[in-house]
Amino acid sequence: MDYAKKDLISINDLSKSDILYFIDTAKEFKKISLQDIKKVPTMRGKTILNLFFEPSTRTKTSFEIAQKRLSADTINLSISQSSVVKGESLSDTILNLQAMKADAFVIRHYESGAPFFISNITNASVINAGDGINEHPTQCLLDIMTIFEHKKEIKSLKIAIIGDIVHSRVARSDIAGLSKLGAEIYLYGPQTLMPRFINSDNIKIAGSMDNAVKEADVIIMLRVQKERTAFYFIPSIEEYRNYFKLTGEILKLASKDVLILHPGPVNRDVEISGSIINSGKTAIFEQVENGIAIRMACLYILLGGRHS
Amino acid sequence: MKKLLIKNGIVVDPFTDTQVKRDIYIENGLIKDVKNETAGAKDINIINADNLFVLPGLIDMHVHLREPGFEYKETIKTGMEAAIAGGFTSICCMPNSNPVNDCKEVNSFIINKAKSFDLCNVFTIGAISRGNEGLNLANIGDLKNSGAVAISDDGMPVEDSSLMARALLYAKTFGMPVISHSEDIKLRGKGVMNEGIISHTLGLNGIPSVAEEIAIFRDIKLAEYFGASLHIAHVSTKGSVELIKMAKNNGINITFETCPHYFSITEESLLSYNTNAKMNPPLRPQEDVNAIKNALREGLFDVIASDHAPHSEDEKNTTLDEAPFGIIGLETSLALTLGLYHEKYLSMIDIANLMSYNPAKILKLQNRGAIINGNAGDITIINPEKEWTYKKENIKSLSKNSPFINKSFKGAAMYAIINGKIFKL
Repeated sequence: MDYAKKDLISINDLSKSDILYFIDTAKEFKKISLQDIKKVPTMRGKTILNLFFEPSTRTKTSFEIAQKRLSADTINLSISQSSVVKGESLSDTILNLQAMKADAFVIRHYESGAPFFISNITNASVINAGDGINEHPTQCLLDIMTIFEHKKEIKSLKIAIIGDIVHSRVARSDIAGLSKLGAEIYLYGPQTLMPRFINSDNIKIAGSMDNAVKEADVIIMLRVQKERTAFYFIPSIEEYRNYFKLTGEILKLASKDVLILHPGPVNRDVEISGSIINSGKTAIFEQVENGIAIRMACLYILLGGRHS
Repeated sequence: MKKLLIKNGIVVDPFTDTQVKRDIYIENGLIKDVKNETAGAKDINIINADNLFVLPGLIDMHVHLREPGFEYKETIKTGMEAAIAGGFTSICCMPNSNPVNDCKEVNSFIINKAKSFDLCNVFTIGAISRGNEGLNLANIGDLKNSGAVAISDDGMPVEDSSLMARALLYAKTFGMPVISHSEDIKLRGKGVMNEGIISHTLGLNGIPSVAEEIAIFRDIKLAEYFGASLHIAHVSTKGSVELIKMAKNNGINITFETCPHYFSITEESLLSYNTNAKMNPPLRPQEDVNAIKNALREGLFDVIASDHAPHSEDEKNTTLDEAPFGIIGLETSLALTLGLYHEKYLSMIDIANLMSYNPAKILKLQNRGAIINGNAGDITIINPEKEWTYKKENIKSLSKNSPFINKSFKGAAMYAIINGKIFKL
């Protein structure tokens, strides 16, 4: 198995077997994090720049830890302190950093398409760590990895994705990735937050929360942002809580061994009852754990795998 | 056991599209199939409806009750009394009270207060935006959950197209109908009557007909694009009728309403600066009145509603500029509509559709709008030949702002039967 591309920009660029290759590789790397000494020399001498144009705790930390466990040299550029605030263009920023012989850029950007733009002007590998409302491919891979740890197959699973679908890069990557593996996907949320154009038979918009959750094998809850009350997407957080929250009661409709995922950060008792998390019914922390393994695998496949 | 037999009436049922002489039996507030044994029963009320038309209870889906906030104009109770006097068994009240009906507290207040009177049915329509301000969506889920049957911006049209679009989508999530007061308010400006020769003659600021048509066109397009259902309130112009034709031809899921004043009188009613003829949309020229009448005959409209908008005598006793928009209509709506029956523009079945069946269908009112076994015992019994005069002293509404005072009518409701309870008129 091999992966020829230098970048990971979109899940749509991966074939089904590519996805499985990333997951299998991540399984191996997961073992490293369980060792007493959680470090291997695999990426020694590689320079990786983490460019976060948007605040992030989980993803940024996860990438950094993955890089350190692989012994790469890691630089974090906090954009608020960089020359970008002095008016430097995105392409100039990248070209200057490339001149410093970066091997890879990990990009989180508030604009959709920014990592793609960057990947076209640099020879270094580019990993999309979330771009605008477009994609978050490593989140999708870690979600798939987590599902595989609980379910034999993804084919024909009923997977409900609930919440702000239209603004969610996680939802978009998950839908693309899970579709490639043959899942039946049910989307639910306020119609204002639902995609309006769907071009695949395996993706359906559920008529109600109950319909979405009923007999679901996996439920992916999405974070709703308070900012969505502006521009009329939702009336209020209270209203969201009253009509779009996953509660213990609704959860009873799901399959008995339902797996609940959430990409974080969670708004407890807005999109999901805190009690569901407290009672250990979600795999939220497994997702975080798998995130490091997935990011190690991505770096390895894009950099180490390619050059060794 | 309350039993009621309505004998020998001409029963007009839009559901089965029939108009036949038959008896109607109501027991415990519900319509039941007529049984033979009812004939000999003793504890039974009998209404002899010889030569009268028996319709499913009339529903006025566009009424302003002024409570809470403006109880000097109309209270929930006086509005209900006016409704019954006009032959209505159900009314739907618009949200522009004070506070605005934009939350479950106000909504529940109106519903509970109305229920306490045991008069007609009152259904509430919640606000599209919080406080009718056009800045945030109201808690539409809560409104639905606490009993509202629709949301509307009536009186305060939504200017921002993105708010209107998202209101349609968000309401769709809850299966909640949206009623639009379609008007470009910037284009209305300071206008107080229809813009034309008469506004020019009177030296008044006019409201161009396109202020209505532009907004209706926008709302048709939004509903079409977003695949949402929409009801357009109080249509008044010839140009709007053309838009209705376009929408209906394209199979768009929109329903349209007009009001009796738009097919009964023209802008000439304002010639003496009559503030009781000031309303919004304004009265139009004869050409528009004819267009509305013809559209009704062609079946382009779904609903006739009164847009009953009470204002006190003091508020109307001023200049046209200062007087508020609006006229009362609950007690004249049926008589004006029966005018079109006499002019052969509408049949009794048409009237039952426009004033009962379609409003119930649009607002998803369960068990109303048709004479079916098990439906609510809501019936309006009409004598289309009865002659009467609309006298100010007989008006049940707390407000008297009507251009029809002292007008003689032919046709009236004789009984309103509401959940089996008889109101003899």
